Amino acid sequence: MNTVNADVKTNSIYSVNGPVVKVKDTKDFQMMEMVYVGKKRLIGEVIGVSADFTTIQVYEGTGGLMPGEPVESTGAPMEVTLGPGIISNIFDGIQRPLAAMGANGKGAFIEDGIAVAPIDTEKEYDVTVCVKVGDTLRAGEIYATCPETPLITHKCMLTPNIKEGKVTYAAPNGKYKVNDTVVKIEVGGKETALTLCQKWPIRTARPVAERLPANMPLITGQRIIDTVVPVAKGGAAAIPGGFGTGKTMTQHQLAKWCDADIIVYIGCGERGNEMTQVLEEFSELIDPKTNRPLTERTIHIANTSNMPVAAREASIYTGITLAEYYRDMGYHTAIMADSTSRWAEALREISGRLEEMPAEEGFPAYLPSRLSQFYERAGYVKALCGKEGSVTVIGAVSPQGSDFSEPVTQNTKRFVRCFWALDKSLAYARHYPAINWNLSYSEYSDDLAEYYNTNIAPDFMSARQQLSNILVEETNLMEIVKLMGSDILPDDQKVLIETARVVRVGFLQQNAYHPDDTFVPLKKQYLMMKTILLLYSLAKEAVASGISVADITATGWFEKLIKVKYDIPNDKPEMFDEYQRDMVQTFDRLRTHV
Amino acid sequence: MTVKYIGLSQINGPLVALEGVSGIGYDEMAKIKLDDGTQRLARVVEVSEDKAVLQVFEGTSGLSLENTETQFEGKPMELALSTEMLGRIFSGAGKPIDGLGNILAEKYADINGKPLNPVYRTYPRNYINTGISSIDALATLIRGQKLPIFSGSGLSHNKLAVQIVKQAKIADESGKDFAVVFGAMGVKNDVADYFKRSFEESGALQRTVMFLNLSNDPIIERILTPRCALTAAEYLAFEHNMHILVILTDMTSYAEAVREFSSSKGEIPGRKGFPGYLYSDFASLYERAGIIKGAEGSVTQIPILTMPNDDITHPVPDLTGYITEGQIVLDRGLDQTGVYPPVSVLPSLSRLMKDGIGEGFTREDHSMLSNQLFASYAKVQDARALASVIGEEELSQTDKDYLGFGKLFEKHFLSQSFDEDRTIDQTLDLGWLLLSTLPKSELERVDDEHIKKYYSPEKAKEAFGEQA
Repeated sequence: MNTVNADVKTNSIYSVNGPVVKVKDTKDFQMMEMVYVGKKRLIGEVIGVSADFTTIQVYEGTGGLMPGEPVESTGAPMEVTLGPGIISNIFDGIQRPLAAMGANGKGAFIEDGIAVAPIDTEKEYDVTVCVKVGDTLRAGEIYATCPETPLITHKCMLTPNIKEGKVTYAAPNGKYKVNDTVVKIEVGGKETALTLCQKWPIRTARPVAERLPANMPLITGQRIIDTVVPVAKGGAAAIPGGFGTGKTMTQHQLAKWCDADIIVYIGCGERGNEMTQVLEEFSELIDPKTNRPLTERTIHIANTSNMPVAAREASIYTGITLAEYYRDMGYHTAIMADSTSRWAEALREISGRLEEMPAEEGFPAYLPSRLSQFYERAGYVKALCGKEGSVTVIGAVSPQGSDFSEPVTQNTKRFVRCFWALDKSLAYARHYPAINWNLSYSEYSDDLAEYYNTNIAPDFMSARQQLSNILVEETNLMEIVKLMGSDILPDDQKVLIETARVVRVGFLQQNAYHPDDTFVPLKKQYLMMKTILLLYSLAKEAVASGISVADITATGWFEKLIKVKYDIPNDKPEMFDEYQRDMVQTFDRLRTHV
Repeated sequence: MTVKYIGLSQINGPLVALEGVSGIGYDEMAKIKLDDGTQRLARVVEVSEDKAVLQVFEGTSGLSLENTETQFEGKPMELALSTEMLGRIFSGAGKPIDGLGNILAEKYADINGKPLNPVYRTYPRNYINTGISSIDALATLIRGQKLPIFSGSGLSHNKLAVQIVKQAKIADESGKDFAVVFGAMGVKNDVADYFKRSFEESGALQRTVMFLNLSNDPIIERILTPRCALTAAEYLAFEHNMHILVILTDMTSYAEAVREFSSSKGEIPGRKGFPGYLYSDFASLYERAGIIKGAEGSVTQIPILTMPNDDITHPVPDLTGYITEGQIVLDRGLDQTGVYPPVSVLPSLSRLMKDGIGEGFTREDHSMLSNQLFASYAKVQDARALASVIGEEELSQTDKDYLGFGKLFEKHFLSQSFDEDRTIDQTLDLGWLLLSTLPKSELERVDDEHIKKYYSPEKAKEAFGEQA
């Protein structure tokens, strides 16, 4: 018992039920406060306060916990520590580094009550202090920088909780650890020491100067995404799909190739082996832009499905807070949450334990508001320090029974503007990425039109439209083909069906294991599109002038364009000119033969 | 602590409540002694300052508010472990039931296990040759994987599981470090017997640990069965460096036991009455497959579940599919046409296969070949759908080719006898032979180099005669 500090009263556990612990007759706790529960000091969070009971969800296993064990209050909400050392690290749902949790003989299995510092406090960084005594430092302004990885310069910013202060001390440049004081400021007559790190509550969005329109694409190198259903930097997208449709695979591809500066990959209630694979693969893969390992720009949060459910609920917030922190430095960050359904189920599970009134399918009534709070933290912003940065959120959804009408998918749809629907029948035919072009949409395409038309080609958007028209027409024709066979179609429609096949197999389908095809630059995507459209118009003309479809397909151009993704390397776009020239010649010859 | 509490304050289904107790931990075990001297096991499922709720494993029939004496053990349920377990048969709660007496425990372990830190896992890469073409070529089983069989009542999932056990070359070359842990949850006596006999015949029984909870055994014990089995598996794999294949059947009965228990606790039901935490509960079992960095052993899981009404969107197969690394789906239509094993190719999948096949593991053409087989077989389904509307005669030549390919594929590739053990080369060559019955232009997923090497319509004609 602590007798020195008289105002700290010890509270004790009244009851335990799964991850939910109750404390009776106390007014000591505030809502969303972090607490330590039991003798093992398990980490928990206050999720309900009433005159009779304080309800706590515990982020670790509660086996063996007894009524009467102490519950310690911390007076602060669930926080993450923000400072150099976050990147390349892999955390659990409440920012405990997994590697350190097993170090020093603690073993491969996660025991309860392991306390480790979120970031390495012993590592020294080369710090450049960028303020001097007498300067005024405002909220969000940068006072020191240090190289965190060879790719990322970490910028230490004044926490947004302090409006402004006068610098009273600035340390010389040199080597410092995260908890060393590098700057002191005077705020309202009191001196505050600033180290390389700060804390921030995970459930509160970090403030920004202003939100800007999202009109830059997040370039992913995946054709169906970049060309057909693009997402903007600072946008929010959802990938729904039943099991086996390739959600995780798509997320991996995006995490590897998208042009964000920093990736936060949240494995929320997913498979342990899969997380291991991500970790292994990312350390071997080289970022094509910087020639450095991908891990140097990636933060992993792994809360696998068998880790405590309450920490799974927190992992999403932990991830987005880290992303916002780097956004505030002026970086473009992207977070991949795989999967938000597991997070919603964690909400449901805890809500059930609290005996709350369930709404749809047992999910709590506050599911939509929680989802919107999460997705609304995406955005393209001007940060407090004046730099522009963004957080793009890409959430996977695992609908129960692959039924998109279930609550999580439906509610997610309301808060994202980009929807990449994965399709079981495409996946069964091993058409990857199995994004269904009829069900998917992107509300960003209009906002991004200007970027595409100025930076890639003036007719990019119109070519894109022609391409989707072909697909739409094919879908209509397929209704007939399914009933009557393709033989009865007139020749011009046969040409359309052939072209649509080239679009589907040659363009939309992409091979993640092929060195060139795994990431395709926008320029090549555009040229592929144009070449297919050229073939379509040549073939249509030929049919109109009486050449048979059999003769046209016999030219082999349809097959050739299907393989063009492999045959023309990414760095040789000039080869498309040759292709187009040859194609025109072939068709000229056809006509003269007739 | 040896405090004994006389009597109970409430009995409700498998749950009993005790009031006026103290010093009791959540999840701790207790023994309930009855007047007649028999003893039952119970576990604390809810505890508050003066009240504890316990679930009684052997059921509450015969209990009254007065005829019991409860003693708490101060620790969670633990299983006695030793290498002597091999060749033995235990009840669903881990008690020996083969009449050979208790085992001499080397150590005790909490049956709930602990989550494995993903940083300390090794990503599974070694494939297991099962000798079954449909699995080896299209949904390759990898050491350390969890690959369930989705089946239906009356299909040959048990036979398939036995064949996998019999043929799987999971062990290192010498074959001595291989063992099977078999957990039966709510299966019929006949089924348990079938497994026992089959293991005996194949000589695997001496390397098998069996946990049997039959369909008329208490449901609370059923909830413990897979946990006991996996605890034994982890012990043998990670402390004795063995390669363990865990077969759990039937996960649907297990889930129903969880549901029954949940509703007796008065919890809010989710889909089809299953509790909201069924996903986490499943995950706490399935995630116990894998390989630990630095350890030589591995735990591979083949859970078997029967889909009620053959419905793959039922919560049990649905949630399972979201946790496991793929699935092998059995199909009633194929079974009826006499195809064994009736593996439904299109929905079957192995997520770990991509990194465990190809050069250095199986053969360099494996990945492209399997993609092509999938894609071609998907087209067979389209052609069949079309033929059922307009008749086979009206089909285009390509569609007719696909119908022919489909027939041959099912007859020669999917179908194989219970004793037929195909090598990976045999399986892959057979795949190419079948693809050779299709026109070259239809093979979009394989590159020219492999076509040159393996594509041969002549050989196909030789093998399949006029059908090709």
